[in-house]
Amino acid sequence: MSIAGSIFLQSVNFIDAAYIVAFALMIYGMMGLTGPRTAVRGNRIAALGMAIAVAATLARHGVFDTTTSIWLIILGLAIGTVIGVPAARRVKMTAMPQMVAIFNGVGGGAVALISWVEFRHGFSDTASWPLRVEIFELFGAIIGSISFWGSVVAFGKLQEIFPGRPIKLPGLSQTVLNFLLAVIAIAAAIIIGFGTHSQMLFVLGILLAAAVLGLMIVFPIGGADMPVVISLLNACTGLSAAATGVALSNPVMIVAGMIVGASGTILTNLMAKAMNRSVPSIIAGGFGGTVAAPAGGGAEHSGTVRSTSAQDVAIQLNYASQVVIAPGYGMAVAQAQHAVRELEIELEKRGVTVQFAIHPVAGRMPGHMNVLLAEADVPYDALKEMDEINPEFPRTDVTLVIGANDVTNPAANEDPSSPIYGMPILEVDKSAAVVVLKRSMASGFAGIDNPLFYDPKTTMLFGDAKASVTEVVSELQDL
Amino acid sequence: MDSLVIDLAVLVLAGFVGYTVISKVPNTLHTPLMSGTNAIHGIVVLGGLLLMSESHGLLEQILLVIAVAFGTINVIGGFLVTDRMLDMFKGKDRGSKRGSTGASAEGEK
Repeated sequence: MSIAGSIFLQSVNFIDAAYIVAFALMIYGMMGLTGPRTAVRGNRIAALGMAIAVAATLARHGVFDTTTSIWLIILGLAIGTVIGVPAARRVKMTAMPQMVAIFNGVGGGAVALISWVEFRHGFSDTASWPLRVEIFELFGAIIGSISFWGSVVAFGKLQEIFPGRPIKLPGLSQTVLNFLLAVIAIAAAIIIGFGTHSQMLFVLGILLAAAVLGLMIVFPIGGADMPVVISLLNACTGLSAAATGVALSNPVMIVAGMIVGASGTILTNLMAKAMNRSVPSIIAGGFGGTVAAPAGGGAEHSGTVRSTSAQDVAIQLNYASQVVIAPGYGMAVAQAQHAVRELEIELEKRGVTVQFAIHPVAGRMPGHMNVLLAEADVPYDALKEMDEINPEFPRTDVTLVIGANDVTNPAANEDPSSPIYGMPILEVDKSAAVVVLKRSMASGFAGIDNPLFYDPKTTMLFGDAKASVTEVVSELQDL
Repeated sequence: MDSLVIDLAVLVLAGFVGYTVISKVPNTLHTPLMSGTNAIHGIVVLGGLLLMSESHGLLEQILLVIAVAFGTINVIGGFLVTDRMLDMFKGKDRGSKRGSTGASAEGEK
């Protein structure tokens, strides 16, 4: 390449232009995610935008100035690739929530580490360090650290390294508040007392305090609230990345970070709404376990539970004209999605319409059920959102509830004393007959008794979801 | 205009763009959306790359190598996993019910 050419490639204007192309591609790519047909291409376009942003940054004059920095950059990129690629290739679709949580965590961790280095530079050369950098890096350090440690705990809970139930110290919500105040106080101390050497300790103090805060926020949150926590942490990492972008005055980081911040915020609100709870009350934690005891004890059911056999279910389904399947996390745990798909094929052969009712918070992250069913080749068309499917239930002959519980609990509509009263549910109790596939009579993640099980038109098919569904399919084939 | 003002303007506008774009994504695609946006915030890797040449001493170099590695895991892992998931949605899209699938997918836009 000629000298003029290489100067052109390294010029600030060229790099800024490349950045603009990069974030335009990312936004365009995200727009593709609005439909299943354009989504694959959209994701690849966004990835291309990312590649351009990285390439432009590497081309920038000064980045490759010293040979050490070249090797260190290559080392970092190589380590990341060696860990990231196999992890992404091998992860099972059921484990997707923890995968997303941990990828999110490392992003937050990167923000925190970058802020740390920025602070070291700032303290060694205070004259060239404007207040804006300080403020935004501080924000990045705090939120990034919270996001990293919070995600690690979320990962641990989803991977069942830690118990999923809320882990609480007595009077913890007050402690969380205190820590929040402590973090703010230390942050203020840094800005006010800026200039002396010992301040490096304050940065570490902030990172540490934010880490403890992250741990204390996520530990008390129950497994059922995980979809909200993951999207919230996602939003946090996005915002901290945007803050780093402002500190470094890097447009592509600002735009990309804010898009993630916005998307995380939207998803968090949607999830919270679907559970009829406010985001602050979820963060305060403790749902599931604490509320359960009075609720379970208070509502005594006189009705009996009727259990059924696979053969009866097969006969019931055979004579139905419309069947709705409402899957929940239990289906994912039992890896029953492929068996469910076989059931769908078998029923469609017999002219039965089969639809899937997907509650927004079914599973452990937003849209989790859809991914699992898509993996099993269930057509996108058959997957119905809650608002779409609810009017269908009165016309439905049989509803199969597979491993779902709280999202089908009619107490949410009928019983004002229920802790989930007001939560939008799949109105499966409106259909002519309900078959609940369940391992045992244990209550759902929220620990609330479900009157649906005692409804005279409900029958229960106990056992492992995958085994039960497979049995129903073979009974159907024998009919 | 001060560059800080411009940066903040970009920040605010990007927030609105993000809100508008993401609001249109259907519930069904929320998991891929999440892992896709997750990959995008791996953009912080740029921060690590930019600071690398300015780093002094072993500690900063170690911190930045970890930061770059973290960011790379985030970016590459995120995009790959999203691609895998979306491929499944696409795969069955042209599956059994060809005619009706096309019509409804168009109708959604």
